[in-house]
Amino acid sequence: MSRLRPLLSLLPVLAVFAFWEGFARAGILSDFLLPRFSVVLQRIWEDFRDGLLLEAIGQTFYRAVAGFGLAALLGVSVGVAMAGSRAARWFFEPVVSVGFPTPKIAFLPIFMLWLGLGDASKVAIAALACFFIITTNTYLGAVGVDRHFLWAARSLGASRTAVLREVILPAATPQVLTGFQIALPIALITTLVGEMIMGGGGLGGLLLDSQRFADSVGLFAGIVEIAVLGTVLIRGLALLRRLLLHWHAEARPVTS
Amino acid sequence: MASALRPVWLYTPLLLLALLWEGISRAGVVSAYALPPLTNVLAAWWSLLVDPSFWPHVFASLGRGAAGLAIALVVGVVLGVSLAWSRAVNMLLGPVVQMFYPLPKSALIPLTIIWFGIGDESKIFLIFLGCLLPIATATYNGVRGVDRNLLWSAASLGAGRWSLIRDVAFMGAVPDILAGLRTALAMTFVLLVSSELLISNEGLGFLIRSYGDGSQYPQMFACSMTVMAMGFAADQAFRRLAAWLLRWRG
Repeated sequence: MSRLRPLLSLLPVLAVFAFWEGFARAGILSDFLLPRFSVVLQRIWEDFRDGLLLEAIGQTFYRAVAGFGLAALLGVSVGVAMAGSRAARWFFEPVVSVGFPTPKIAFLPIFMLWLGLGDASKVAIAALACFFIITTNTYLGAVGVDRHFLWAARSLGASRTAVLREVILPAATPQVLTGFQIALPIALITTLVGEMIMGGGGLGGLLLDSQRFADSVGLFAGIVEIAVLGTVLIRGLALLRRLLLHWHAEARPVTS
Repeated sequence: MASALRPVWLYTPLLLLALLWEGISRAGVVSAYALPPLTNVLAAWWSLLVDPSFWPHVFASLGRGAAGLAIALVVGVVLGVSLAWSRAVNMLLGPVVQMFYPLPKSALIPLTIIWFGIGDESKIFLIFLGCLLPIATATYNGVRGVDRNLLWSAASLGAGRWSLIRDVAFMGAVPDILAGLRTALAMTFVLLVSSELLISNEGLGFLIRSYGDGSQYPQMFACSMTVMAMGFAADQAFRRLAAWLLRWRG
């Protein structure tokens, strides 16, 4: 039974595809508005065979992950600094309180003006979109570290960097990872919008081409491909969380 | 006196950044073309605000956002409660929700356009789709987390099925629903501006794009900052509303 479970959870997914195929075949909507799933699947296969799909996935993946990585580096640094230093908190708190609720995508045309229409502006807008989420979560995680751990480490003679590396960062990790898990889908959403507005390949670029040529099969193929990429990224990060937090209480099975 | 100066002190960093902006632009460190001086942007902003043809764009954006979010709230809460309350609904729709959850919703922009055209309907539908799952999932988690004892007590006091759902399960889930709604509010702005930037004939995203295409950069910056101000105001208003709605929690 337990080995059958993953198969069982696939059933509804297959049901959705079957429903799509059946609904499209029933002809309530035209083939243009809703192409059949089998036709879309065939297009995905063709894209894959031509190498078009892997290239586009590679571009989108690179841009989203580069922007996310940049934001992770800066966001964790700023978040930890805010937790550790009054000056950093004074400076960044108002910046974050304004930046956090801002729809960062509204600055995309400004980034296009500054960085051109290539990878740089797409990576930068993805990084900006993720930065405040990661900063806030890191700050909350680092501020929430149990004082007793800090006192114990210091009284045992740990240096500032040792306290940071050995106590603050591990204790903040669950919250930092939560920030990552919110930010990564945002990076993907933003990258796709960037690609759709600027072109320059990637899955968003493919969608843009499909829309321009009124190629609805291509459009649906693109959406399925993007959904798969999104699922893989999100599952991957959840897996990373389990690996990194194997020592943490949340990884232990719940016993009552 | 100290307390009167406190807000000034709190927002000094933003003032410093504003001065830095003005300074590097005036000093010619970057071209005024790429970064118009802040004072020019503020002047452009002011002339937009007093221009009657600017406001229809603001109201178009606000109306689309509010409509999409409102529909998503109603449908999302009903969906979330049903998923948590009924095993049949859960078995039928749960996996579908899980399947669509990781889809980056911006991928649906071109689809909503071929379905509904470039006007209001496509944006409202997109925002509805983008906000539906965060609200439904939050509602589901909230209802699942409602204390069983409360349900049993209400039932033993003679509450009917409908009353149990409305007065106990839904009310107990309100804090979670509000948390989901905050996520959805942020998503509303992102999808709204993205879809207006991409293809539209009115709205703030459309204005940003057309001022950018026309190289009227102070106006473009002013419109981006309008969106920023709206995002900030909406988040603040939402926090107040949530605090007021949850005042009974103490």
